[in-house]
Amino acid sequence: MRRLLAGLMLLAGVGAALFWLLTIPARVDEARFAGLVGSPARGARLFWAGGCASCHAAAGAKGYARLELGGGAALKTQFGSFQPPNISPDLHAGIGGWRLIDFANAMQKGVDPEGNHLYPAFPYTSYARMTPADIADLYAYLRTLPSVAAASPDHDLALPFNIRRGIGVWKLAFAGADRPEIDLPAAASPAARAGQYLVEGPGHCGQCHTPRGLGGIGGPDRSRWLGGAAALEGKGRVPNITPAKQGIGVWSEGEIAEYLETGFTPDYDSVGGAMVEVQKNMAMLTKADRAAIAAYLKVVPPVATAK
Amino acid sequence: MNLGKLAGFGLVAAVAAAVVAPVVAQPSGPIAQRQALMKQNGKDTKAGFAMVKGDAPYDAAKALMIFSGMHDVASKYGALFPKGSETGGDTEAAPAIWTKPAEFKAAVAKFEADTKKAMDAKPATLDAFKPLLISVTANCKSCHEAFRVDKP
Repeated sequence: MRRLLAGLMLLAGVGAALFWLLTIPARVDEARFAGLVGSPARGARLFWAGGCASCHAAAGAKGYARLELGGGAALKTQFGSFQPPNISPDLHAGIGGWRLIDFANAMQKGVDPEGNHLYPAFPYTSYARMTPADIADLYAYLRTLPSVAAASPDHDLALPFNIRRGIGVWKLAFAGADRPEIDLPAAASPAARAGQYLVEGPGHCGQCHTPRGLGGIGGPDRSRWLGGAAALEGKGRVPNITPAKQGIGVWSEGEIAEYLETGFTPDYDSVGGAMVEVQKNMAMLTKADRAAIAAYLKVVPPVATAK
Repeated sequence: MNLGKLAGFGLVAAVAAAVVAPVVAQPSGPIAQRQALMKQNGKDTKAGFAMVKGDAPYDAAKALMIFSGMHDVASKYGALFPKGSETGGDTEAAPAIWTKPAEFKAAVAKFEADTKKAMDAKPATLDAFKPLLISVTANCKSCHEAFRVDKP
């Protein structure tokens, strides 16, 4: 009996050690960021492409208030309530004390400077596709924004999702940006390739528009890339934006770009739901960037709408 | 044409009307009615932006029709969300319409006020029309942000 007990304890100990080892946070290769000095002017483009304000500025913020990144409205999901943190340059409440490499680790590896895993509600699995130069530009831009001194509240999550270390397991399965989300045809235009970077990287479109495996816990299902999914918050669906019939196959490239600029579909139905915030951000990009996104969306594989 | 023929023609016409009637009838029920009104809004918006983009020449009478059409929609719209019309009929109405009734009412009232203002302005030129159309149609997304969901 004592032997059995000892054996079980040993097994539990080995299990715990294995869990610990497997969930050690990975970090970016510092050499890729060495000596990089970002440009705030270029970073503004990535700020809008990345949609930072939509989660990190106060809910309903307009105009200048969209640049006050004190942490916005909680994302209410099936796992609990995620609280977007203060990412303003405030030294204490925000990320004013972070070095570029700290920012890069958060953006691309989902790890904070203390070595805690960040929840993938923060779309670092997409931001991981950004170039180090773009990360540095965005970092430089964020440092020019107003400081917000109020600390943001903690997440409010149910077991087991409140065990941060467990995110390490999720990352083993679903993080990784070593290959593109989809392979473009060899003949894809330079615009479509530029669009691929914007959509799969900073734009993180697939986080909502692609169904996730494992009942919503998993990563985006690449075989149904951008094929529409159940909304992560509340009721309803996020539309299929592939060139399929059930998607936006009948929209021309120009119409897609115009939707991103004005919020009107070709039939003059309007943007709605969470996409209203996204479209506001897209309207801040250049015409060329919106055209690139449209070009990419016309060449992704058409997929049937996921149920 | 004798009386018999006339009666026969009348009968045929009545039968035809009875057969056709369900197709051309006004949509019944609040869900169908509000969907029809929103479709009308979409048509008016499209016609408005066609003039703004230069796809159609500016026509002041048409501009007035667009704004008065939208105002008509706005004034009817708020009453079409009675209890019991939360689901069914492919409705995209968000639960927030019933859980935040004061906010929904305010959003509809704003659309009503903005369309009234645009209608009363009677824009004579495209330059006068354009900012009015933009301010009126800004209501589309501000209302759809909170009060519409894509079909589940």
